[in-house]
Amino acid sequence: MPEQTIPATYKIEEVKKRREILELPIAGPGDQPIKVNIGPSHPAMHGTIKMIAELVGESIVNIDVEPGFLHRGFEKMMEDHNYVTALPYTDRLNYVSAMINNFGYAETIEKLFGIEVTERCAWLRTLFAELSRVTDHYTCQAAICSEIGAMTPFLYLMQARDYIWEHLNWASGARQTYSYARIGGLARDIPDGWLGKLKEILDSNIPLLKDIHGLMDRNRIFLDRTQGVGEISKEDAINAGITGPFLRSTGIDYDVRKAMPYHKYAEVDWEVPVGKYGDNYDRWFVRMREIEESLKICYQCIERIPSGPLNVDAFQAHLPDKAEVYDNIEGLINHFKIIIDGPKPPKGSIYHCVEGSNGELGFFLVSDGSGHAYRLHVRAPSLMIMGQLDKIIIGHQLADIIPIFGTVNMVGGECDR
Amino acid sequence: MSQQIPGLPDMTYIDREKRTFLDQIYFWEITRGILITTKHFFRNMAKWLTFRKGGVVILYPEEMRPDYSQNNRGRHILVQRSDGSPRCVACKMCATNCPAECITIVAEESDDSNIQKRPKVFEIDVSRCIFCGFCVEACPVDAIRMAPTTEELAGYNRFRMIYDKKTLMTWKPTVNDDVVHGYNP
Repeated sequence: MPEQTIPATYKIEEVKKRREILELPIAGPGDQPIKVNIGPSHPAMHGTIKMIAELVGESIVNIDVEPGFLHRGFEKMMEDHNYVTALPYTDRLNYVSAMINNFGYAETIEKLFGIEVTERCAWLRTLFAELSRVTDHYTCQAAICSEIGAMTPFLYLMQARDYIWEHLNWASGARQTYSYARIGGLARDIPDGWLGKLKEILDSNIPLLKDIHGLMDRNRIFLDRTQGVGEISKEDAINAGITGPFLRSTGIDYDVRKAMPYHKYAEVDWEVPVGKYGDNYDRWFVRMREIEESLKICYQCIERIPSGPLNVDAFQAHLPDKAEVYDNIEGLINHFKIIIDGPKPPKGSIYHCVEGSNGELGFFLVSDGSGHAYRLHVRAPSLMIMGQLDKIIIGHQLADIIPIFGTVNMVGGECDR
Repeated sequence: MSQQIPGLPDMTYIDREKRTFLDQIYFWEITRGILITTKHFFRNMAKWLTFRKGGVVILYPEEMRPDYSQNNRGRHILVQRSDGSPRCVACKMCATNCPAECITIVAEESDDSNIQKRPKVFEIDVSRCIFCGFCVEACPVDAIRMAPTTEELAGYNRFRMIYDKKTLMTWKPTVNDDVVHGYNP
């Protein structure tokens, strides 16, 4: 057998650390590793991601992760549309938890205006953001289950997610792309009896979560596929700018909701779950625990939502009430001015971040005093993870790509914008 | 330390070094999993046999969902006056506020001396529409609304999905002209 050579560009040290591969035959032509294209349209690549893996045997010696196939020019759209009409575009960032994006965007402009939302609005926003986080984590966990081969928990979780989405439809008017936030408030108040029904739905989720724990937690197939696979160190995660459940799985308790409290997170009782090693299992564990914490916040919000006005009285920022528009010439002029020119915040730049379901979702907005943004940059949490993904995958086997990619929970709409 | 939700056991972290013998033999956990799924199966069958929860899948567009949310943003409706003419005054606020730019309005002079303008052409490209409800919010005369249902929103041809004034004016108002119908913030 001829002596095998592997080009120096391959991160062979990484591979050696994890697996003894040098005994394996190199099967490709000209003694080169085999290249395997995965994606962009592949069921395992959530959304559209292309990966070019180079294999020795079944071990991955090099991988090239290429995001960007879902680029829709979101940031350019924000410059083209005024602040009101740009809002539905934020729904399409992380389309599984659209409320969080809505609120993050609206709060950025509120910060620039210097508007403080009302108590009721802040509590409702907390509730909706947490419900969205629950649905997002349900979707992610369901995807992990189905990718590992457990189809039943996938269907249970999808069903639970859809009950919550249907209920959000009663409040906002859409199942997934809500467009519910407005600058200085919300689009509409919740219907009567909505909170009571929500409590029933959340109650029905608790036995379901128990069943999911029972099906997955101690199953050896699941543990073997996840434990020790896709590890990342604390230092690497921080250096790459990774936030969210991914960072918390390495054991660092950074959460925007605790570090820089917005909405009403400082007033509710909850804790930040952390993992230990930063592998697939820890990411699963952190998300599962976060669902519990989010449910806990939801229960507290339901009890504590005060009555009172929903929207602040800010004529320069949002559309006036319909009664004003129909009966009052001042209101009608205000209505026309806001729709034609858009709300005009003062000149300046601002950064505001919220805890999205994958990490710190930041909006950097530069305003030149006109009705639309001069520049709006979105700090998408998934993109930071994509930059580090090759280091996580190299050295594992081809089949490990799928659970690793499932647990990082890349959302194409947010990553590629 | 914060309180736990009653009924939900705190998830235990399973350290990779500390897996028990029962975890390492597949058999016990798989049996437990089968018991859980069997429980779900019998519960769902009991519900189905007693007609408490029918099929969850519908064959859209042949079947319509009966349980749409009353606030759901479905197909657009042009509200009519009691004489059957559209209430729209062709101010183009909805077209300006539309994020997807899918509304086309051409105005013309009205025959009625009390009303200045009326729409000659009012088209919504439903294949472009993102159903955000911003047109409803923008209308200063309550002339456009959104029904909770989604009848006939599916189509084989994208040119048939451009709805003209006649298609949008399917809602016949009753005696009370101000009855609230559909999404109206």
